[in-house]
Amino acid sequence: MQLTDLSMLELAEKLAAGQVSSVEATRACLERIQRVDSTIRAFLRVDEKGALAAAEASDARRRAGNPASALDGVPVGLKDLFLTEGLETTAGSRVLEGFVPPMDATVVRLLREAGLPLLGKLNLDEFAMGSSNESSAYFPTHNPWDVTRTPGGSSGGSAAAVAAREVFGALGTDTGGSIRQPAAFTNTVGLKPTYGRVSRYGVIAYASSLDQPGPMTRTVADTAALLQVLARHDPLDSTSAPVKTPDYSAELENGVRGLKLGVPREYFAEGMDPEVEAAVRGALREYERLGAKLVDVSLPHTRYALATYYLIAPAEASSNLARYDGVRYGLRAKDAKGLKELYALTRERGFGSEVKRRIMLGTYALSAGYYDAYYLRAQKVRTLIREDFTRAFQQVDALLAPISPVAPFKLGEKVNDPLSMYLTDVYTLPCNLAGVPGLSVPCGFTKAGLPVGLQVLGRAFDEALLLRIARAFEREHDFFRRLAPV
Amino acid sequence: MALTLEQVRHVATLARLALTPEEEQRMATQLSAVLDAVEQLQSLDVGAVEPTSHATLADSLLREDVTRPSLSPEQVLANAPAKSGTSFAVPKIIE
Repeated sequence: MQLTDLSMLELAEKLAAGQVSSVEATRACLERIQRVDSTIRAFLRVDEKGALAAAEASDARRRAGNPASALDGVPVGLKDLFLTEGLETTAGSRVLEGFVPPMDATVVRLLREAGLPLLGKLNLDEFAMGSSNESSAYFPTHNPWDVTRTPGGSSGGSAAAVAAREVFGALGTDTGGSIRQPAAFTNTVGLKPTYGRVSRYGVIAYASSLDQPGPMTRTVADTAALLQVLARHDPLDSTSAPVKTPDYSAELENGVRGLKLGVPREYFAEGMDPEVEAAVRGALREYERLGAKLVDVSLPHTRYALATYYLIAPAEASSNLARYDGVRYGLRAKDAKGLKELYALTRERGFGSEVKRRIMLGTYALSAGYYDAYYLRAQKVRTLIREDFTRAFQQVDALLAPISPVAPFKLGEKVNDPLSMYLTDVYTLPCNLAGVPGLSVPCGFTKAGLPVGLQVLGRAFDEALLLRIARAFEREHDFFRRLAPV
Repeated sequence: MALTLEQVRHVATLARLALTPEEEQRMATQLSAVLDAVEQLQSLDVGAVEPTSHATLADSLLREDVTRPSLSPEQVLANAPAKSGTSFAVPKIIE
């Protein structure tokens, strides 16, 4: 077994026992990146110097018997949507090329304080808009399980780097499924925490009422440990919730006996890949065998979630992305005559086609004459979707569902058909609209060897229960132990 | 709902986006398809439903009104494509 094949907690154990140093672990990651990233293309930039300096500092703390946290010295990667002081941050866009933030995002600061060396910035769909990583302005990332396929998006770089063992864990963001779908596509664990659980301060905004950062790792216990570092109330983010952070590892091994788990019938719609459905149904039977009671539930407004999301998210995006105007940072159209032309040309040259499409859609939905019919109506339907979850959670402790109706698809397969691409998010979007937490755990493979994920959805701030439910399945199966052939 | 090229140009102006003629054409086709798909929301009766703008927080949480450190002007201007003294420089807009 290679050092980079270890989970975060396995490495932490070896670091604590003095069997390996953080510098050795960081160098192992850097060598692995050197060896496989020309194929996977997960990294936009590697911060070798910064990571090694952090690793040396971690080793010094370990030697002094004073580790900063349980994960002190475990190297991780960051989606390039998180501001990193002194290290270029582009959001996968040409419009931010060369932008060097003057500060860290709160979660980046928390990782540094906990002693985790940051290996660099990972590829993503431009401004987190996409489901395949193909809308990155730089290059697409490849799925380590089959390099002709997408690792999913928008946190596809984070997922691929974790699955390819280039990093021990990574941070992603999830606006409509962007942590869970790439986790499912790469046989990794991804958690979208409750909206407000993890600070959004310093995370480049896409759709502010939906965006939520979260951990991506190879095991459920690693996700719990990483969430432990990230989940804090942040006074710098007015949407950060002032709630207590529980001990996420405490109840991890308690099993599911006696739990009532809902199976929303709307999440098994026609058109689903039969192999994906078979893997998910197999997992459901496993939960029954483990002593959980499966309950048929209905979330009747699920069919409206896609339309609701594709009005609300672009509307918020059109507002958030107004700041990229060539004045304060990033790209500027040098040949513009006058201020209006400066704005229009800078944005024309700086944004890719998916971003332009969503800005246009959002601007249209917010414009005079259409606001009530589109944006306001979507916000009202969002209320109905949220109420569906509230009703379901009066009956059951959590919900089990598929993540994506399809297995990882080929690069280029859906890129020219936005609607078909958007449809792959159909089972992940409702969670973001309702603000509840959602987790993806590996639950099987197709005959072609492509990973399938199971989605666990829970009540707001009930991440500990989701982790416990996911761990119960993981303990019985070794899907998560299979390594991508790269 | 089919968007006309004229509507696409109007929205592009509002969004401060310069689009090429090919982009305008593609945008009209693709946005029309998405708008057709979202049309299903019109079938729901939402007359008595309150809108949700944030899922989990009822009120915005306000910080104490106290002074705290902020970025220096040099840090703020460090990424500016063009600057003049302690200001961002933009093309002249007043003759």
